[in-house]
Amino acid sequence: MNKEPVAVVGIGQTKHVAARHDVSIAGLVREAAVRALADAELTWADIDAVVIGKAPDFFEGVMMPELYLADALGAVGKPMLRVHTAGSVGGSTALVAANLVAARVHRTVLTLAFEKQSESNAMWGLSLPVPFQQPLLAGAGGFFAPHVRAYMRRTGAPDAVGSLVAYKDRRNALKNPYAHLHEHDITLEKVQASPMLWDPIRYSETCPSSDGACAMVLTGRAGAARSPKPPAWVHGGAMRSEPTLFAGKDFVSPQAGRDCAADVYRQAGITDPRREIDAVEMYVPFSWYEPMWLENLGFAEEGEGWKLTEAGVTELDGDLPVNPSGGVLSTNPIGASGMIRFAEAALQVRGQAGEHQVPGARRAMGHAYGGGAQFFAMWLVGAQEPTG
Amino acid sequence: MTAASPPEVLRAPLVVEFPFTRSLGPVQGAFLTGLRERVVLGVKASDGRVVVPPVEYDPVTSEEVRELVEVAATGTVTTWAWNDRPRPNQPLGTPFAWVLVKLDGADTALLHALDAPGPDAVHTGLRVRVRWAAERTGAITDIACFEPDETPAAATGATPHDGVFQDAVTGIVAEARLDYVYSPGRAQTAYINALSQRRIVGERCPSCHKVYVPPRGACPTCGVATTDRVEVGPAGTVTTFCIVNIKAKNLDIDVPYVYAHIALDGAGLALHGRIGGIPYDQVRMGLRVEPVWTEGGRYPDHYRPTGEPDADYEAYKELI
Repeated sequence: MNKEPVAVVGIGQTKHVAARHDVSIAGLVREAAVRALADAELTWADIDAVVIGKAPDFFEGVMMPELYLADALGAVGKPMLRVHTAGSVGGSTALVAANLVAARVHRTVLTLAFEKQSESNAMWGLSLPVPFQQPLLAGAGGFFAPHVRAYMRRTGAPDAVGSLVAYKDRRNALKNPYAHLHEHDITLEKVQASPMLWDPIRYSETCPSSDGACAMVLTGRAGAARSPKPPAWVHGGAMRSEPTLFAGKDFVSPQAGRDCAADVYRQAGITDPRREIDAVEMYVPFSWYEPMWLENLGFAEEGEGWKLTEAGVTELDGDLPVNPSGGVLSTNPIGASGMIRFAEAALQVRGQAGEHQVPGARRAMGHAYGGGAQFFAMWLVGAQEPTG
Repeated sequence: MTAASPPEVLRAPLVVEFPFTRSLGPVQGAFLTGLRERVVLGVKASDGRVVVPPVEYDPVTSEEVRELVEVAATGTVTTWAWNDRPRPNQPLGTPFAWVLVKLDGADTALLHALDAPGPDAVHTGLRVRVRWAAERTGAITDIACFEPDETPAAATGATPHDGVFQDAVTGIVAEARLDYVYSPGRAQTAYINALSQRRIVGERCPSCHKVYVPPRGACPTCGVATTDRVEVGPAGTVTTFCIVNIKAKNLDIDVPYVYAHIALDGAGLALHGRIGGIPYDQVRMGLRVEPVWTEGGRYPDHYRPTGEPDADYEAYKELI
């Protein structure tokens, strides 16, 4: 039996900000969920199951969102699942929801991811004082910066590339009303003049800490037929994982990321991602990860990713726009960040991305990763129902 | 060398604690502010039931509910469990009953503690009243506990309340604390014990022959136990690094300093450490380094240049 085709018919986000002191966590997720339902012109009664994700519990203390948030998400009397894959969780949560529809377990599924970083402490949550262990000798960026240096050494990328990514994404964010950072006076010079925190990573090349939630309504062919707005169809979706540390691990271009992308392209019938994909929303927490992922995801040959960035290919008006929404560099409610990538990819192919719409986008990719480059989740969405 | 019979595996307490903040939103904010003012609020659900503590969203229809009502500070125990050995930070220091109390005017029950002399004094249907805390801040602990109360149920039921108070409480701080006993296991115990002799000892995978430092007892690639112990280093190669220019909390190291990945000679993957004994801006990939131990430190304090020529990139690029 064939899989049920999966369509995104509703998308909702909160306006991402540094701190939402006016709402509880329930109130925050509710906003995104209500907007997704409104977008789909559906009610709670139309939802058959809820799939929720967030970053590790320690970020906000011991909590069980799948239990506490059931009322707020209309899940009473329905199945509610929680997905748990570190920073990639927003992506894997959407894929679990999509798989429930594809397998015809449920007709219409609400999926949602969130983080209220103002009421959490990610750095603390990630650096528990485990006895006998050597503490990490650097802050958050200290984990990533050596991998960036390794990329620069491996490819000969010039120092300026990281700043170009940050400058692009922050300008894109100005066109996205939901983005957290709206730096109206951003210039390339300002990015380049920002303090070098973990050399080679500058302050302006790091992601912010945000409060926010993102929700999507996924449904099958019958639901898509009733959709008031064009649906985004899931053409492929995959997850891969690998250990955080192992001999031979390639932190610059992890095998799990390459394998995950290859699986998605195989499902979607993509043979030349650079030409066949119109927009990419990729998980870039530090600016240099754009050229790194361009290679890892097969948009550029090994060693060539930075050349696409440098040539402006990834700009909003380039021929492969990357992070038209402003990306993680402009908005980072950790648990939601992956789902925002997936949702923004869907907005592009629905033609609903507003000012940051890539004209005529037919196929777009959403990408998420997390842990120590440990989890990968990606989907490819299209404006047309997939064939076959 | 092969692993001898395992010595005592290390164990130590691991306490995880943090004061988390929570924004309350309109409903929980009104509820907790009310407690400060000795007022117990509930919310009227779409089916007319009064839910205490109040919820933001209807438990049946999921619609937003905002119609607040005041209920009595007296009620009836609907079920209970005796707690013979109270733990730190529980509502009472002496044995007490956990109770679900349906307050007069409410249709749902509230979880709290009941101060009673013993389990024989508690039963379902027992009438109780709130014992208010002397100092109230807008928290569930403003109800110190419940206590038995002989007065019969008030007939008034719930009365409308606008939920508006002076100086409304908008957030709380929730102290979270977990107590674990942590053990690093056999392989890491051996590694840590060797460190005390200033030796760095990993374990080799019998399948892929890579040496894991620190060892985890198994090879994550091959999925088999590692057994052969192998001393690595002491010298190694800086495979990559960053220059840390901002002070991290809880780290007493003057910035700037270099945080590096170091592949010790013989190791199958890099570990991390600080580089010293060389100006930070002269550290480079391929730099040959050796550990510098200090009295009382479990791990090398830092690594310093050995003075050897830099390693060739080809020699360590697989270890980055």
